[in-house]
Amino acid sequence: MFSPENLNKIEELKKRYPTTQALVLPVLWIVQEEFGYISQETMKYVAGMLNVPFGHVLGVVTFYTMFHQQPTGKRHLEVCTNVSCYLRGSQDIVKRITDKLGLELGETSSDQQWTVSEVECMGSCGTAPMMAVGEEYFEDLTPEKVDKILDGLK
Amino acid sequence: MEKVLLPEIKDCHKIDVYLAHGGYDALKKALAMEPAGVTDEVKKSNLRGRGGACFPTGLKWTFMPKDSAKPKYLCVNGDESEPGTFKDRQIFEFNPHLLIEGTLIAAYAMGAQMSYIYIRGEYGKWIRLLQKAIDDAYAKGFIGENILESGFTAHITIHKGAGAYICGEESSLMNSIEGERGYPRVKPPFPPQYGLWGCPTTINNVETISCVPLIIKNGAQWFAGIGAAKHPGPILVGVSGHVNKPGVYEMPTGVPLLEIINTHCGGVPGGKKIKAVIPGGSSTPILRGNELEGVCMDADSLKAAGSAVGTAGLMVMDEDTDLIKVITRLSKFYYHESCGQCTPCREGTGWLFKILKRFEKGEGRMEDIDLLMDVANNIEGNTICALGDAAAWPVQSMIRRFRDEFEQRVSQPKKESAEAIA
Repeated sequence: MFSPENLNKIEELKKRYPTTQALVLPVLWIVQEEFGYISQETMKYVAGMLNVPFGHVLGVVTFYTMFHQQPTGKRHLEVCTNVSCYLRGSQDIVKRITDKLGLELGETSSDQQWTVSEVECMGSCGTAPMMAVGEEYFEDLTPEKVDKILDGLK
Repeated sequence: MEKVLLPEIKDCHKIDVYLAHGGYDALKKALAMEPAGVTDEVKKSNLRGRGGACFPTGLKWTFMPKDSAKPKYLCVNGDESEPGTFKDRQIFEFNPHLLIEGTLIAAYAMGAQMSYIYIRGEYGKWIRLLQKAIDDAYAKGFIGENILESGFTAHITIHKGAGAYICGEESSLMNSIEGERGYPRVKPPFPPQYGLWGCPTTINNVETISCVPLIIKNGAQWFAGIGAAKHPGPILVGVSGHVNKPGVYEMPTGVPLLEIINTHCGGVPGGKKIKAVIPGGSSTPILRGNELEGVCMDADSLKAAGSAVGTAGLMVMDEDTDLIKVITRLSKFYYHESCGQCTPCREGTGWLFKILKRFEKGEGRMEDIDLLMDVANNIEGNTICALGDAAAWPVQSMIRRFRDEFEQRVSQPKKESAEAIA
């Protein structure tokens, strides 16, 4: 299931925690980075590997917003609409993105290329409005900037 | 004031640059002291936690047992998910070694061999930046076995969150490190008695820990002399919303809010009036723009004004702001982030959001204003952790200080239907 590099990483992580259960989040991150989402199959595998019940792993996956049980689009746009972004026009950003891609918030395009999500504050309030695509933050957005960014991501 | 948390030094994030400017000297100084002496110095500095609760840091450290058969742990809280807060991110990016040095000194003072720095999952980029700094510090012998031949051993591990505001609550944070759902724990027992894996544990905010090397290096008196006497030191104020120059500004505590807005941030765009500010992140009670004269960015001044310093994330709203939209959006946040453990919070945050949604649509009823207050009052103080309070305070303060905004959104008499609630 895991690449040798990732197995190595997991062995290194084990030295940093007194229990294997503590590795649930770090290992789920490795799973998601490798496969893009966390299937029930992989959850069972992780449960066996860390010697915790499957239900525990499922409980963790369902608790944390960033763990996905379904694949997202190849490009996952996460737009903050919380207050600091709202005050600086996030509604115009959401409108431009959803219009341009023909998607509602929370939807994935049928070709699996795009997902657009509304997210809570991502700590970019001084450079609002913002969106994240993967780990990359796009800040001080304007609708025109959004056009350029989306064209660049195609 | 010279900037010390985010100094104007080019490439300060690089270990060689940090060392060239006296970096890790405070660690050397601390290792030559008794651990209790280090704690005393922090106590004397009057440093108070920068994560929102303003608890005296040195005093918190003294709660850790001196002798313990069990290992002791330090957790550094970099979950930073409070809307309007974006300061710790600056430390990860521009001064990561200050945080590492502070973590090591705190670990030494309390005898913690392992420190976990908990960082929100969305900060993937900043986790990598901090990890690089940690790797460099390991390579130079500042972290690891027998640090600088002192006999003291300390390790630092970054633990990546996965998108849960509640994990910024200290006991929830510990559960998340243990590989659990991020449910807050009932207190007591408090973390120094029963923390991570049942062992003595202390949790401090990233900015708090970053103040520690400065205190050790320059002395408690120096720190205690900066800014507001009862809540001293440099503080990172993050300003967002309707200002010309939003961003994170380092300043002494106790600077008037109006000076922050008008001098540091270049005022409100278009010269508009300030309708309201939320002074310290979304959980702190909202203040009216016309009542800001003399209110300063420190714990006591903001408390006297009926709010709190929180994380010093100042959100500014001009005269044209739709405050009902603001409070509805905030309530949606708390509804989404409630962990679901306590009924008043799980159910109450949902009801706050649904009722506020009615006002947003202009379908509120006059009695809904009191209903909102009633729901908020029944959440406050009735939950395991402070998220319930944090959800209630903004609604309560909004009604107290801007009742007219709600009254304007009450619908004209018309048929009430069950659908309107949905």
